[in-house]
Amino acid sequence: MTGEPSRANLPPLSLHVPEPKFRPGDAVDFSDFDVPPAGEQRRPDTAEAADKFHDLAFTLVRVLDDEGNAVGPWNPRLSPDKLRQMLRYMALLRAFDERMFRAQRQGKTSFYMKATGEESVAVAATMALQRDDMTFPSYRQQGILIARDWSLVDMMNQIYSNSADRLQGKQLPIMYSTKEGAFFSISGNLATQYPQAVGWAMASAAKGDTRIAATWCGEGSTAEGDFHSALTFATVYRAPVILNVVNNQWAISSFSGFAGAEATTFAARAVGYGIAGLRIDGNDALAVYAATEWAAERARTNQGPTLIEHFTYRTEGHSTSDDPGQYRSADEATEWPLGDPIKRLKDHLIKLGEWDEERHAAQDLELAETVKAAQKEAEKNGILGHGLHQPLDTLFDGVYEEMPWHLKEQRQQMLDEEQTSGRPWDRK
Amino acid sequence: MGSEVSDMSDLETPEARIAPTPDREGDSVRMNMIQAINSAMDVLMDRDPNVIVMGEDVGYFGGVFRATAGLQKKFGKTRVFDTPITECGIIGVAVGMGAYGLRPVPEIQFADYIYPALDQLVSEAARLRYRSAGEFTAPITVRSPFGGGIFGGQTHSQSPEAIFAHVSGLKTVIPSNPYDAKGLLIAAIEDNDPVIFFEPKRIYNGPFNGHWDKPASNWSKHPAGEVPTGYYRIPLGKAAIVRPGEALTVLAYGTMVHVAAEAVREAGIDAEIIDLRTLVPLDIETIEESVKKTGRCLIVHEATRTQGFGAELSALVQERCFYHLEAPVERVTGFDTPYPHSLEWAYFPGPVRIGMALKKIMKD
Repeated sequence: MTGEPSRANLPPLSLHVPEPKFRPGDAVDFSDFDVPPAGEQRRPDTAEAADKFHDLAFTLVRVLDDEGNAVGPWNPRLSPDKLRQMLRYMALLRAFDERMFRAQRQGKTSFYMKATGEESVAVAATMALQRDDMTFPSYRQQGILIARDWSLVDMMNQIYSNSADRLQGKQLPIMYSTKEGAFFSISGNLATQYPQAVGWAMASAAKGDTRIAATWCGEGSTAEGDFHSALTFATVYRAPVILNVVNNQWAISSFSGFAGAEATTFAARAVGYGIAGLRIDGNDALAVYAATEWAAERARTNQGPTLIEHFTYRTEGHSTSDDPGQYRSADEATEWPLGDPIKRLKDHLIKLGEWDEERHAAQDLELAETVKAAQKEAEKNGILGHGLHQPLDTLFDGVYEEMPWHLKEQRQQMLDEEQTSGRPWDRK
Repeated sequence: MGSEVSDMSDLETPEARIAPTPDREGDSVRMNMIQAINSAMDVLMDRDPNVIVMGEDVGYFGGVFRATAGLQKKFGKTRVFDTPITECGIIGVAVGMGAYGLRPVPEIQFADYIYPALDQLVSEAARLRYRSAGEFTAPITVRSPFGGGIFGGQTHSQSPEAIFAHVSGLKTVIPSNPYDAKGLLIAAIEDNDPVIFFEPKRIYNGPFNGHWDKPASNWSKHPAGEVPTGYYRIPLGKAAIVRPGEALTVLAYGTMVHVAAEAVREAGIDAEIIDLRTLVPLDIETIEESVKKTGRCLIVHEATRTQGFGAELSALVQERCFYHLEAPVERVTGFDTPYPHSLEWAYFPGPVRIGMALKKIMKD
């Protein structure tokens, strides 16, 4: 016992385990939620030193006020045509999500993930980038493809893993990939795209290119080690990259507190790395556009990376395999104080006198028809498990550039097996 | 059985190798393995502006083993640069650079420290071509010193090749001498698939026959230390028969090629020693032909035994040469323990352990 301090008088330690405010059945009250007024956040010069962003990392940059006006220094002053285009893309994304979610429920595919409530995050950001800027998305930025006018049929072919699927049925639905669309192959492994985006941006800079990279992850994924390594590389080499964190409050069933949100913001992470950090109203399409435009200019002028936290809400379940009613209050989505991004942009356009409810309703009908027609077209190429699929031996293509002997042997084994089984898998 | 072979070195000249060695450019000079590896990167960086070298301490300093010495000075900081200490970052960034169109050669300082990068290697680099149906690729070559025999203890001695050989989409290459190291590294960097290139650090300066208590030799006295200064390739997926023989087949790679050769010499057995050079894709033809001829097979590696690459080799030989086998396939490997420090030479699969296995196989 000699030299050992007595512990008798010390209070016991306690472990803090975060808990979300509302669980299933709870009445939701967001009245203590601090929403900064639109238009009051300063817009710094794009060359401002990274250590000056503390204030912008702890507020919410907002452009659209509660009355549907675009106000303040971040107002990107887009033309009515561009605003209507933005609204259209967001509405198209929602219509696409609705249809594909239903297709999964009808057993036409195995899996789907919606971006409901987050349409502005991918759509408005993409519109502020150049068409050939490289994007490294997570699985909830299908809005990038929509905003780049990518073929809906092509997207659906991938979802159905059918005979026209460019990815040869190799990938889980929604894990799109298109080099032509400057949309990097989506991986199921979270946050791996973050250092990849930084590496792509470093390569672009090293080659004296003018293209930049943008990447997205959810707030839950910021806890991954790759997030840290990416930010370190980005700051060390001043990589021309935009690092988007989509804080939609939920990582499957875990609220953002499990990624560290109780103690700080995700934009504030940037400050510690020497990266410009902006925290924006993610349901305000104009704020998303303005912040991305600002970050793109910063990157393009060799001022380095920007981290943008898009503060938003995941309105629906994590995926078709998830039931949010098991872990959160159903009222959260309806009570969400930042509203619905589509409605807010629509109200703004109406306020400008550039849109009205009738045209909006007509557009929704038209987009639903567009998506339906695309679906019909895609289903001609087959739906999952209904015969129209890739030739069987494509299973072995692309593991390596040239097929080694052991894969050739295994391919033959598979073909022999099919011959023997008499299953309807014969090569098309 | 077995005939005496007195001088292994005569059989280890590059000319004696089975694999072709085409496209030589320039003169040959004496190089150790470090210099040969350095020369490979130098030659390719000259030829292809998309080849870039990155890793911890590889830039200004030239690498903790000097493998990248002089490259930054010659090619500039945007092509040869130091990185933060984050292996997942190094490989993740390299994958992104590969997607852009560069041909990155990232270094992981010790193979023992490659594990933080496993997710990027297994989930990303290895799968990228497959999951994007060929639209995106990861033409990266991960260089990493590996293997024991240098009192490196637990975290400077490991041989994790089996982990990578298990992953579809990766190629795994391990040279055993300066001549091969350069030719294989050039082929690896030019390959459009991701390659794990493990460099046996015990033989960076000279071949090691397992006799730690005797003076070390260096590459200047070894025929494979004669290395062309220019461009040449040794194709991936081709083994080398470093000693033709009739009595049994020894499969080895890296440092163990030399240790096995010494054990064979001491045992006075006419063994055929095959240096695999590439584990994936494996040169199954050379292996099969040899074992069918000799009827016996010994597999040697430094890595731990259970689920080691030797298990795959043993299974393949058993499946493909069963009716030709006159004895069970034997494996001589490291023990199933972490790599020890003070008891290194009790752990290391040296000539004595190999010799005992050789005698056992020949007795059966």
